[in-house]
Amino acid sequence: MQPSGQASATSLPIGSDADLAWVRQEVRQRAAGLGFGLVQQTKLVTAASELARNTLVHGGGGRVEITPLDNGRTRGLRMCFIDSGPGIRDLELAMTDGYTTGGGLGLGLSGARRLVHEFTVDTEPGRGTTITAVAWVAQVPSSRPGVG
Amino acid sequence: MTVSEQDAAESAPRVVSSFLEQRKEQIAQRWADAPLFRSVFTVSRDEAVEACKAVVEALSEVAVTGRLEDIAAPGFGTVRDQLGRMAATRARSGSAPAQIAAEVAGLRAPAVDLLREEFADPTAPQAQECVLTLTLLLGTLRLVVMETALDANTELIERQRQQLLEVATPVIELWEGTVAVPLIGTLDSARSQIVMESLLEAIVDQRARYAILDITGVPTVDSLVAQHLMKTVAAARLMGAECIVSGIRPAIAQTIVQLGIDLGSVLTRASLADALAYALGKQGIEMSRSDAGASAR
Repeated sequence: MQPSGQASATSLPIGSDADLAWVRQEVRQRAAGLGFGLVQQTKLVTAASELARNTLVHGGGGRVEITPLDNGRTRGLRMCFIDSGPGIRDLELAMTDGYTTGGGLGLGLSGARRLVHEFTVDTEPGRGTTITAVAWVAQVPSSRPGVG
Repeated sequence: MTVSEQDAAESAPRVVSSFLEQRKEQIAQRWADAPLFRSVFTVSRDEAVEACKAVVEALSEVAVTGRLEDIAAPGFGTVRDQLGRMAATRARSGSAPAQIAAEVAGLRAPAVDLLREEFADPTAPQAQECVLTLTLLLGTLRLVVMETALDANTELIERQRQQLLEVATPVIELWEGTVAVPLIGTLDSARSQIVMESLLEAIVDQRARYAILDITGVPTVDSLVAQHLMKTVAAARLMGAECIVSGIRPAIAQTIVQLGIDLGSVLTRASLADALAYALGKQGIEMSRSDAGASAR
């Protein structure tokens, strides 16, 4: 396996509805290229759509950095959504299903967390928010001993 | 001495302008053979020469006003349309913007060669200055061509965006009292508003009791899309129609569940055919294979 992925990170702007469509397409293409299955692709694209909309609506726009990963066993995709908006005051409340300040369903953050494998939120009131989501290609729940 | 030097400094654009005016025919003859004009005016060389003359005249007009680096100079106005059409023709035949820019740049050498011939000593300061002036002028011409081409593209994109909004939301009458909307592409707020309006209108017009929203062509169903769907369903219900969401693919179904969206209040079917069968069944319409059809097998 070649270290092809690490260098080719992409940064896309998030400033309008049209940008969201662009982010979705880019994530779908990247995920398909890395070998994600159809269900995983759909989950990743949906998570990206939720988080990008968060960046747009609550963060006042920002950007997303999409980086392919390779941990030796499997490949993955990291998406970093970065804005310099007002930040999230009560993270626990924001992560609760159904809690919304934007008139939506209140499933953006909490739902996106369920759609990916790793999920971290770095935020401070007044200093913006960075949300990092990572998904790995078809993680087999238990690694079989003796193989690999 | 000082006066004549000043004179020279001032007059470079004027010298270039009168040079362009006097040598119009020769420059046009040379430009007509350049790739830019030759590839656009494939039928008649005379036409190419005429087009070249118009461009030379415009440049001469711009030079005399001294606004060498102003792409908004009035002189360019007369040829802007023509340049735009030429750039569009080149773009349609598959040329990249960089190639078009290079082709416009290619007009410089023939013109500068002719200008040099005007001077007894091409290395004299005035000659140099005139060449520089002409180079600047042609650089601006290049910008004008690119700007015109980009403007046309922006306009095209905007038009297509508007078309997309309208085209992709037809309401189809599947049966008496049953309408369907095949949703395709991104369901953003603007599009879902149009979908809702056209569906509600159709429900009234066709006196529909059943409305089917088919999302087979929607690639991503996130919480906002789901919310738009639920609002549309609720509005249709208020109009007295029962709404069925069909075309939920397996990957989408799994994603919706994990996302935590509760579509419990919405009647769903896997395919449009299932949804239609449901709507017909509810209206007491039964479908069966006719004897003729069965015996033909």
